[in-house]
Amino acid sequence: MVKRMLLRLARPLDGFLLTLLVAVMVIGLFVLYSASEQDPAKVLAQAVNIGIALTAMWAVANVRPEHLLRIAVPLYILGVVLLIAVAGVGQVSHGARRWLHFGFVRLQPSELMKIALPLVLAWYFERHSARLKLRHFVLALVLLLIPVGLIAKEPDLGTALLIFASGFYVVFLAGISSRILLGALAATVAAMPLLWSHLHTYQRQRILTLINPSLDPLGTGYHTIQSTIAVGSGGIFGKGWLHASQSHLGFLPESTTDFIFAVFAEEFGLIGNIVLLALFLLITARGLVIAADARSLATRLLAGGITLTFFTYAFVNMGMVSGILPVVGVPLPLVSYGGTAMLTILLGFGILMSIETHKKLVKG
Amino acid sequence: MSPRSELKDPQREIARFRGRLAFGAGFILLLSLLLAGRFFYVQITEHAHYSTMAENNRITIVPIVPNRGLILDRNGVVLARNYSAYTLEITPAKVHNLSATIAALGRIVEISPRDRALFDKLRDESHAFQSIPIRTHLNEVEVARLAVNLYRFPGVQIKARMFRDYPLGDLAVHAVGYVGRINDSDLKRIAAQGETSNYQGTQYIGKTGIEQSYETQLHGQTGYEEVETNALGRPVRTLSRTPPVSGDNLYLGLDARMQEIADQAFGNNRGALVAIDPHTGGILAFVSRPGYNPNLFVDGIDTADWNALNDSPDHPLEDRVIQGLFPPGSTFKPFMAMAGLELHVITPQFQIHDPGYFQLPGQSHRYRDWKKGGHGIVDVHKAIIVSCDTFFYTLAHMMGIQNIHDFVSKFGFGSRTGIDIEGELPGLLASPAWKWKRFHQPWYPGETVITGIGQGYTLVTPMQLAYAVAMLADNGTAYRPHLVQAIQNGKTDRIRAVVPIVTRDEHFDPAFEALIRDAMIHVNLPGGTAPIAWHGCPYPVAGKTGTAQLIDIGQGQNYNAAKLNARLRDNGVYIAYAPADDPKIAAAAVVQNAGEGGDVAAPIVRKIFDYYLLGKVPPPPPATVKESPHG
Repeated sequence: MVKRMLLRLARPLDGFLLTLLVAVMVIGLFVLYSASEQDPAKVLAQAVNIGIALTAMWAVANVRPEHLLRIAVPLYILGVVLLIAVAGVGQVSHGARRWLHFGFVRLQPSELMKIALPLVLAWYFERHSARLKLRHFVLALVLLLIPVGLIAKEPDLGTALLIFASGFYVVFLAGISSRILLGALAATVAAMPLLWSHLHTYQRQRILTLINPSLDPLGTGYHTIQSTIAVGSGGIFGKGWLHASQSHLGFLPESTTDFIFAVFAEEFGLIGNIVLLALFLLITARGLVIAADARSLATRLLAGGITLTFFTYAFVNMGMVSGILPVVGVPLPLVSYGGTAMLTILLGFGILMSIETHKKLVKG
Repeated sequence: MSPRSELKDPQREIARFRGRLAFGAGFILLLSLLLAGRFFYVQITEHAHYSTMAENNRITIVPIVPNRGLILDRNGVVLARNYSAYTLEITPAKVHNLSATIAALGRIVEISPRDRALFDKLRDESHAFQSIPIRTHLNEVEVARLAVNLYRFPGVQIKARMFRDYPLGDLAVHAVGYVGRINDSDLKRIAAQGETSNYQGTQYIGKTGIEQSYETQLHGQTGYEEVETNALGRPVRTLSRTPPVSGDNLYLGLDARMQEIADQAFGNNRGALVAIDPHTGGILAFVSRPGYNPNLFVDGIDTADWNALNDSPDHPLEDRVIQGLFPPGSTFKPFMAMAGLELHVITPQFQIHDPGYFQLPGQSHRYRDWKKGGHGIVDVHKAIIVSCDTFFYTLAHMMGIQNIHDFVSKFGFGSRTGIDIEGELPGLLASPAWKWKRFHQPWYPGETVITGIGQGYTLVTPMQLAYAVAMLADNGTAYRPHLVQAIQNGKTDRIRAVVPIVTRDEHFDPAFEALIRDAMIHVNLPGGTAPIAWHGCPYPVAGKTGTAQLIDIGQGQNYNAAKLNARLRDNGVYIAYAPADDPKIAAAAVVQNAGEGGDVAAPIVRKIFDYYLLGKVPPPPPATVKESPHG
């Protein structure tokens, strides 16, 4: 009886996906133990974060996709309002307004947008699925650019670009014509100089130091140089768990959060990197399969968008740590220390699982 | 696109969606390959490079500064030593807001305006990545208070440093010298000697005296420690250690007690005294008055102290023994006598009648003797005893300036003695060639005449006088004067004596030497010029007094000390060696602007000789408070 109840409870969960996710999270806990100077409290805190996020994922997986789509618009509006509020009364941290303080919780509205934006765009395309015309895509782009613009203004260019990507994937999967895409791409390239002039000095610095980190080895280039040293010194097999000298001797900044991959790469080497990359690819592949099999346009778009976004996060983080992308504040999904990002990512996977488990019930 | 195709067509729509999804998957694979390629490049192709960088990050070579060698007197009394103290140091390059940091540190320990001024001065002289002390000599409470707060101040460190200390203050300061912080020109010299790595971590370098000239021996060999450090540069653990080799200890020929006696004997007079062992050249006493406190220079002297020393009319920083240039006055006469005898210009029997002055043939100018009415019949023996000017005017005139120059230079006048510290001046022994080169003027016979009594252009250092009188004492043999008598190896502790080096070996006629010695003995007996100073002396002493005029006294004018500016009064000069029949010590003393050599300089030499030969210690003067080295 208990067994049947447990099975019933677990039914909405996708076993394959769950296994992969847990595998990466367990690796993450081990790396965190090393990166945090073997601080069990930190590992425990992260385990609690994971527990909460898994519970949320399970809860969402139990909700039918139609219900999820129903809250898309209110969620989106709430997100936009909060982003505007951030601009007004947000808490300044590291020279940028990104946080809203609600007494006991600090909320980063851009995190909410990571879910709300794909959701609202999927809902929007589903609504107009009968006849998708150019104007629908234009409107979708407006829906996309409002939060992206607000986040870029914080300024948090990295997150803005990633949220743009998450919305863009939905628009792309919805079938926006390639001519428009190429046109937009050309326009973007043409607007580059203008964009450059609107960047903050530190943002330009980051891009410049990516091209030549030794320009400013103690300033902006420091992160890139030190993390690349960490990755490179790992070699094929790595220095072994708990033996990352770069991070343990404090050369790596933010070694438990954004730069945790450097610790992993230093300790587990190229083999570890390939294994982790493979796990991320398998998760992504599973997500794409779920998207391909989804029954409605909205769920297809949502599943595809969430999956591509997940991989983008992983790619951007690993690219940044290994020195091929500029330093942007992006955590490594499922691995970096922090509750909010964990929650957002697992909520996304909850939606994926919901789509997968409820597809049979959706009437063709 | 036809309008019909926009109608809902699930199959087509799914196909298109899957097409896009496949495109996305392809994109993902591409990005993954890019990442994998980057991993491969960084972790395999460039692995060695990044490993090296990681090691360099991790391992710091920390120099271990060797203990600087001690400087001790002949009895082992310490003249220069080291002690360890905690300093609070800042590396300006690692500090964002220097003044805020210093202000914050100032709330934890006292940082006086003087500390701050010194820090600013040192900062100007140093590179930004050098660690500069903001406070020295922290006590234990201060160290503890700082230690718990240090995490708040990156770039700020507490260091245990070795400091140099001169426990006897100004005693023999010009011989011992002092160390100071290494400056840019020191760095260049160190680099030129290929010693840069040996000076990693060394803060001080000898600036003057023995500290300077024996720098190589005193410094020792720097050791190294391979230390694993974190990103803040704080050591985590030691990987390997090469111990340093301490510098050599230097034993001097000086005797601290004898130095003290000489200092006291000088009283408030300015001047110099140097005593040497005539058989080795070993320096037994080295006094230049006034002195100064070398401890002021160790941490970097502050501007006020520096100005006080540098601008003082008494020139305490000048090492009068080797840099003070004085007319030798009548102390020049024994050397003139030897020249006249050796060159056979005169014989021991040669006599003149001294009317109290000398006149050049055909000239009316009278070169006056110090004694009105003259000394009567005078031979060379008597001329030395009574210091007869007229005799030596005559002798100089008979010899001619070139002969004087050529012969007297054999005693070392006009050239450096080669003492083992730097900065020695060669003095001046004039010749017509020199005068032409210097002034483009011919040599006048009158200049030869006054050269005969040690006036005119002739300038000597007390060191040269002592060197020359030691040469007389040792039958024409001179040794390179040296302060350091023995060197104790810093590693083996073995003591090696410094081997005397013969620098001149003149074979004077023993009969002439005996004559001059006997005359010089009589100088110190009743009838001579210094009988009072040597009254009751149990050992025979050979000496010669001199009183050097610093201004020309006009014809028919009398010298009146009371009317003269205090700094233009005569210098008292005295040279001597004893025991005259078996010389063990030779000395030269100059007492500036104090009067006649027999009255002011000879008594000081007597005290030194009595101590050295008899162990006699004069009664202590009224107690004075000795300046403590650290305020």
